[in-house]
Amino acid sequence: MYKGVPASPGIALGPALVLPKKQFQLEKKIIQDVTAEKDRFHQALTAAKTRIEGLIALAQEQEQTETAKIFEAHRMVLEDPELITGVEQQIDQEKVNAEFALETTVNFYINLLSQANSAYMRERVADLKDVANQVLQFLAGGGPQIPEIKEDCIIVAAELTPSDTALLPLDKVQGFITEVGGPTSHTAIIARSLELPAVVGVKKITASVQSGDHLIIDGEQGAVFVNPDSDTIAVYRQKQEVLHRQKKELASLKTLAAQTKSGKTIKLLANVGEPWELPKALEYGADGIGLFRTEYLFLNRDTLPTEEEQFQAYKEVLVQMEGKPVVIRTLDIGGDKNLPSLNLETEMNPFLGLRGIRLCLKNKTVFTTQLRALYRASVHGQLKIMFPMISSLEEYRAAVKCAEEVRAQLIEEGHPVSGHVPIGIMVEVPSTAIMTDLFAKEVDFVSIGTNDLTQYTLAVDRMNEQISHLYTPFHPAVLRLIKMVIAQARDGGIEVSMCGEMAGDPRFTSLLIGLGLESFSMSPSALLAVKKQVRAAKSTTAKALAQKVLALPTAEEIRAALENAEERSDSACES
Amino acid sequence: MRVLVATVKTKTGLHARPAALLVNCVSKFTSTITIKKGEQEGNLKSLLDLLSLGVEQGDQITITVDGKDEDEVIAALNRCATENELW
Repeated sequence: MYKGVPASPGIALGPALVLPKKQFQLEKKIIQDVTAEKDRFHQALTAAKTRIEGLIALAQEQEQTETAKIFEAHRMVLEDPELITGVEQQIDQEKVNAEFALETTVNFYINLLSQANSAYMRERVADLKDVANQVLQFLAGGGPQIPEIKEDCIIVAAELTPSDTALLPLDKVQGFITEVGGPTSHTAIIARSLELPAVVGVKKITASVQSGDHLIIDGEQGAVFVNPDSDTIAVYRQKQEVLHRQKKELASLKTLAAQTKSGKTIKLLANVGEPWELPKALEYGADGIGLFRTEYLFLNRDTLPTEEEQFQAYKEVLVQMEGKPVVIRTLDIGGDKNLPSLNLETEMNPFLGLRGIRLCLKNKTVFTTQLRALYRASVHGQLKIMFPMISSLEEYRAAVKCAEEVRAQLIEEGHPVSGHVPIGIMVEVPSTAIMTDLFAKEVDFVSIGTNDLTQYTLAVDRMNEQISHLYTPFHPAVLRLIKMVIAQARDGGIEVSMCGEMAGDPRFTSLLIGLGLESFSMSPSALLAVKKQVRAAKSTTAKALAQKVLALPTAEEIRAALENAEERSDSACES
Repeated sequence: MRVLVATVKTKTGLHARPAALLVNCVSKFTSTITIKKGEQEGNLKSLLDLLSLGVEQGDQITITVDGKDEDEVIAALNRCATENELW
């Protein structure tokens, strides 16, 4: 079995189609006929341009405007006078072959653009590589080869670029496996939009697999099996069938309302950690975003994101959600994450250390930059701001003071700012949970973060494998705290939501409705399964279940009771 | 030779769409057109050069146009900048 990064869920079984590696013999050659070499380069350029114009036309025909834009950017690169003269000059002066001249010129720009800290520039680097590759393939003769696909297959490749996938006849493709890439790579995005399984970052897979080998791909686990035995095949055929059935059943729920049998409407919101998850949230019928994490803007880079970069990111989320509420959480990061730009100290106890709002209140510039970007974006949709890791009212008040100052400053500078941006907090530290009634007098909303609330209540580090058996959201103490938070928030007349894993776990849905929760936020893929539970729930039975479960003394008994209850509602739903 | 000095107003700076707009605006002219930000300099007809400069909102840029159609270039640049609120 090979392991990779799970990039798109689903299971597929089928023969492999290994796409040939784009390897060029990029040796430096000294050439005699400079004019002929420049001609050769221009012929390859023209051929690549003709091909790209075909791709633009194809994308426009299929109304894929985003894809068309990518290829239009490719065309601009091919027409770039500095790129062309750069290559020509090298051929002229150093008498090198066109391939080598192109490679060095492109690398010069890749170096320059890689230093930029905007995501846009890094995408241009990928464009530049893609374009250069195409020209190199025309220099090698013939240009990019389009594989013929006659039967169902799973594509195996070192890397798939937009220009590769645009011409692949995708109707017979069952899944994708690539050697490079992460969850945001082009392959992952294409696979998710086609709802095909994909595993990326599988090292050396093209060397281990031949076209025609039988493959199983598990996009949920990130696993790939090559020529598996009949038992494994049987297991996965069954899993695949179950998935198909579930998918069909859940798909029928997409357009139905999240309403209980007693007629109560429940808000189902999505947790989003990266912008590419937004279309999925909308597709699965999310009523809004209950938690938009902003950490992705800060991680894996050497510099802090600028106000402008953040503004663009937040604006895009708000615009994409078309006026539905979007709760954006301010930076929630601490000593357990590597953030070179902040020079964070390693702490003995990072989960009890300088993280979340504590870090922001200490690094005011980071905080105010983010708040400025948020308020500037606020006019583009229905924004709510949420602070993480609040453990006292003093902290909340200090954070709100920053927010108010930023808002006033922006108005003074003449920026348009939305009239009302609700501010709320994560309830994930027990001290805050216990004081929900006091917080309710000052905050606009609370959202229960069950993952951290569980680890702090039980004093169990959720990353420590030695004590992982002690980490359980079924613990009576955790449920009692949750009950209290919901009740006190409701009494105080503020909105209460839940954005931890518990909210997306169908075993808890009925219990939480029984406790009075009316707003759930979860990963988009959990939305339909929870909606199914909501539609099967009845106020009276949910309340009775809550009463029964809250009286149980151990996590194990609570788990058993909830799993039984879920089975009951499952059968009720089918009948 | 004509020189145009401006402070970039557009929020995204001269990346993405504004950069492509500018390059498309000047590429049909014969004049030599350079753009300078601080000590760095690039060919305004080259998207790669312009992107490499990394011009942000608030940056001061100097565009130098030299050639037979320099007046038309300046006019076209000013029109493009006004229409798209570039500077």
